[in-house]
Amino acid sequence: MSRRLPLLVEGLTALGLVLAPFVLPTLHFAPDTVNQILIWGLFGIGFDILFGYTGLLSFGQSALYGTGGFIAAYLLTNSLMTSVLAALLVGTVGAALAGVLVGLIALRRTGIYFAMITVAIAETFFFVENSPLSAWTGGENGLPGVPAPDFRIGTLTWTVGTGWSMYWFLAACYFIAIVLALRIVRSPVGAILTAIRDNPQRARAVGHAVGAYKLTAFVVAAAFAGFAGGLLGVQQGFMPPDAFTFDTSGQLVMQTVIGGSAALFGPLLGAAVWLSLRDFLQAGLGLGGAWRLVLGVVFVVLIVFLRRGLIGGALDLVRSLSGRAQPAEAPEEAASVALAAPALVSIAGRRRHDAGFSGPVLEAQGLTKIYGGLAANRDIDFTVEEGELRGVIGPNGAGKSTFFKMLTCEVPPTAGRIRFHGRDITGFDVSRVCQLGLTKSYQVNQLFARQTVWQNVVIAALAERRGLFRLDMLRRIDRVPGLETQVEQTLALVGLTARAAVPVASLAYGEKRRLEIALALAASPTLLLLDEPLAGMSPRERTETVQLLKNIRRGRTLVIVEHDMDAVFELAERITVLHEGRKLAEGTPAEIQGNSFVQDAYLGGVSAA
Amino acid sequence: MITWPNFVSQVFNGLASGALLALISSGLTIIYGTLGVLNLAHGAMFMLGGYAGYVAYHATGSFLLAVVVGALFMVVVGAVVERVLIRRFYDRPHEDQILLTFGIGIVIVELVRLGFGSLTLSVPPPAWAAGVTPMGFLIYPTYRIVVLAIAGVALALLYLVLYRTRLGMIVRAGIEDSGMVGMLGINIDRVFMLVFGIGAMAAGFAGIVNAPVVSLTPDLGSSILVQTFVVVVIGGVGSFPGAILGGLVAGEILSLTSMVDPAYSEVMLFVVMTLVLVLRPQGLLGVPGRA
Repeated sequence: MSRRLPLLVEGLTALGLVLAPFVLPTLHFAPDTVNQILIWGLFGIGFDILFGYTGLLSFGQSALYGTGGFIAAYLLTNSLMTSVLAALLVGTVGAALAGVLVGLIALRRTGIYFAMITVAIAETFFFVENSPLSAWTGGENGLPGVPAPDFRIGTLTWTVGTGWSMYWFLAACYFIAIVLALRIVRSPVGAILTAIRDNPQRARAVGHAVGAYKLTAFVVAAAFAGFAGGLLGVQQGFMPPDAFTFDTSGQLVMQTVIGGSAALFGPLLGAAVWLSLRDFLQAGLGLGGAWRLVLGVVFVVLIVFLRRGLIGGALDLVRSLSGRAQPAEAPEEAASVALAAPALVSIAGRRRHDAGFSGPVLEAQGLTKIYGGLAANRDIDFTVEEGELRGVIGPNGAGKSTFFKMLTCEVPPTAGRIRFHGRDITGFDVSRVCQLGLTKSYQVNQLFARQTVWQNVVIAALAERRGLFRLDMLRRIDRVPGLETQVEQTLALVGLTARAAVPVASLAYGEKRRLEIALALAASPTLLLLDEPLAGMSPRERTETVQLLKNIRRGRTLVIVEHDMDAVFELAERITVLHEGRKLAEGTPAEIQGNSFVQDAYLGGVSAA
Repeated sequence: MITWPNFVSQVFNGLASGALLALISSGLTIIYGTLGVLNLAHGAMFMLGGYAGYVAYHATGSFLLAVVVGALFMVVVGAVVERVLIRRFYDRPHEDQILLTFGIGIVIVELVRLGFGSLTLSVPPPAWAAGVTPMGFLIYPTYRIVVLAIAGVALALLYLVLYRTRLGMIVRAGIEDSGMVGMLGINIDRVFMLVFGIGAMAAGFAGIVNAPVVSLTPDLGSSILVQTFVVVVIGGVGSFPGAILGGLVAGEILSLTSMVDPAYSEVMLFVVMTLVLVLRPQGLLGVPGRA
C-alpha cells in the first residue's frame, strides 16, 4: 500500500485534521475536548513506537511528559524565553535527555522488570517534582500563566487563542509528529524495532545492537512525550502537576490499548473514545465518579477479547469481510522446483577485515563450560579450515548445543579461547560476532513470527548492510543500498522466492526451517554454523534441505551439528565427535566410521555385534 | 535535631513497615514465580484487604476476627480473579498479563470508591494494643510492635507453607520450572488458583494489619505497589528470602530518610534501587539470567 501511494496516510491525516473542526462540532465535541484528544494522541505516538513497535511496556511516560511540560512552562512563565516554539523545543530536548538517563536504568532489565522499574520511575519523578523541586515547578499548584504562541509572517500576525484557534496550532503539531513517526516506523530502524519486539534474541544474533536500538525507541518516545507535555501547558495556559502522576501513564497505556497499538493512530482514537465516554458517562448518564469504573471494565474486556484494540479489530474485520484472499496453502511444488535448479546465485561472503591472515577460519582452544557442578563441555580444541564443511556429531547430551553457543558467543565459556580469522573473540557480544561474519541457524526456529518471509530476511540483511547500529531513522527502508538484491538472492537460494509475501505463521514446517537458514545466510557469514538443520523434517523436506546445504556451501565454511548420520556422512569432509562434553574423535567420515571408540560410544557398539 | 531515641524509634518504624512490605512483596513474588504473572493489581488488593478488615471489624467489633475474615475474603477474591480472568492469560505475552492485572487493579479501586466513597476511613487498633509501651529510654506505640509481631508471624507461616508443605514444594518447583511441574501430572489448575489466592491474601492481610496505622482511601494501594516493585527489584524476583530482605531494606530506607526529610524518602528508595540495578542487576538474592 505505502509503496504505491507513498504519502496516502499522510494525506488522509491532513484531510482529517482539516475537516475535524467542521465535522466534530456536529457530533457535540467541544473544542477543548478535541484539543485534549490531540495532545493525548501526540503523547501516545511516542508511546506506541515504544510499546506497539518495540514491545516495551512502560508505565513511566508521565515522567517524561511532565519533564518536557515543566521545562517549557518554566522557561515561558519566568520569561527566560519568549518564543513558545523554542521553549517547546527545549522541553522536548530536555525530556529526551531525561529519557536517555531513565532508559539506561530501566533497560538494564527486560520484560516484567522493565515494567516495574518504569512504574517506580514515574512515582519518583512525581515526588521529585512535588517536593524537592517545588520552588521551580510550583509543587501542587503547578505553573500558571503559560502563554500561547504567536506567529508573524511579514505584517501578518496570528496569535493562537483558545478553542478552535488553539486547535489549528495543535493540529499542525500533531501532523508534524505523525509524519515524523511514520518515517521512523518505515525506516530501517523501525523494522529493527519490530524485530526486537518479536524476537529480541534473534535480532541480536543476526547482528543488531539490540540495547542501543531499545534506548533509541525509549528516547524517541521521551521526546514525543516531552513535546506533548509542553503543548499541554500551552493549551491549558497552566502546567498542571498531575501531568506527572502515575495515573497519567496509566491513562496513556489504556487509551493506546483501547485504540490499538502498533498503528500510531491508536492513541488518538483511544483518547477520543476515552474522553467522549467520560463526558457521556459523567454528564449524559449522570454516573458521576463511576465513569472510571465503566472505563476500567471496558479496558479489561478489551484486553481479554480484543487485544489489538479498535483499529486492530477493524482491520481484522475488513480482512475477513474482503474474503480471505491470502494464499495460505501455497505452491509447495514451486519451492522444490526452485531448489532443484542449481542455485546460480551466491551471496558474496562478507568483506574481510583480515586481508593478510591465512590461518584457520576458526580456532577454539580448551573450551570448557561448567553449569553449576556439571561440565557441559570440557577442554575442547576445535579448528576449522577455510572452505571446509565440518560435521559435529554426538549422542544426546554430548554438549553439542552448548559448544555451538560458545562458538557464536551466545554463552561465555568458563575457560578457553576462541579465535575467528585469527582474532580473539572470546567474550564478544553475539551481535558483534555476527558482524564479523560468524553466525548460526538454530535448532529450534527463531523467526520473527509476526512478520512475512520477506520482512524476516530484510531484518537479517539490514544488519549486514548497516552494521551493528545506525540512526537512519528518517531514511526509507527501500532506499538502503543493495538491500533488495540481497534479500532476493537469499530467498532464491533457499527457494522461498514465491513465498516472500507470506506471513511466517502460514508457512509449512520445512519452509520455516529454510527461512531459519535464510536468516543466518542473509548476514553473509564467512563461517556458518547450522544446528540440526534437518531436525523434524519429512523425507522429502530432508532431501531438499540436503541439496540446499550443498548449494550454500559454495564459497563458505560450514559447520553442521546433526543427528541425521546419513546426511552428515554424505556432506561432511571431516567429522568431530563429541561425547559426554569432550571431544572423542576427529577425522574423515571413513576414519570416524572405523573408529572403535566412536562405535562403542555412539554408533551403538557395532564392532561388538 | 536527630536524637538517639528518635533514631531508634525510626529504626523500629522501619522494621514494622519493612516487615509489612516484605509480606506484600512475598505475595507478589510467589504469584510471579509460580504463575509467571506480574500482578499490578497487588496494590489494589492490599487496599481491598484494608476495607475488608474495616467492614468485618464494624460487623463484629473484634479486631482478631476482622483480620481472619478479611484474610479469608482476600483468598476468595484472589481465587476468583485467577479462575475468571488470569487463567485465560497464561499463554499470552507478559505485556498482556501486565495490562490485564493493571485493569483489574483499576476496577477494584473504582469498585471500592463506588462503595465507600473517596473519604478516608479508619480502623482503630484493638483495645489491648492501644496506647504506648515504654521501652527503656523510649516510648513506642504498642500497636506498631504488634504489627511487627503479626507480620513476623505471618512471614514465618508463609515460610512454613512454602518450605514444609506439599503445596510449597510444588510452588517452589514451579518457580524453578513451571512447565516441568505441569508435566509431572500435578493438578496445576488448582495449585495456581490457590497460589493466586495466597498471594492476594498476603497483600490483603498486610492491608488489614496496616489499617489502624494509616487512613483508608481507595488510592492507598498505588504507592504500596510502587514500593513493592522496588522491594522485588532490590531483593530479586522469585526469591522469597529476597522479598524479605528487600522489604526490610526498603522499610528502613523510607523510615530513616523521612527522619531527615520525608520528601526524599521515596526518592532515596529509588536511588537505592538504581544502585542495585547497576551493581547487581539480578537483585541482592536473585539468580542471574532469570526473568
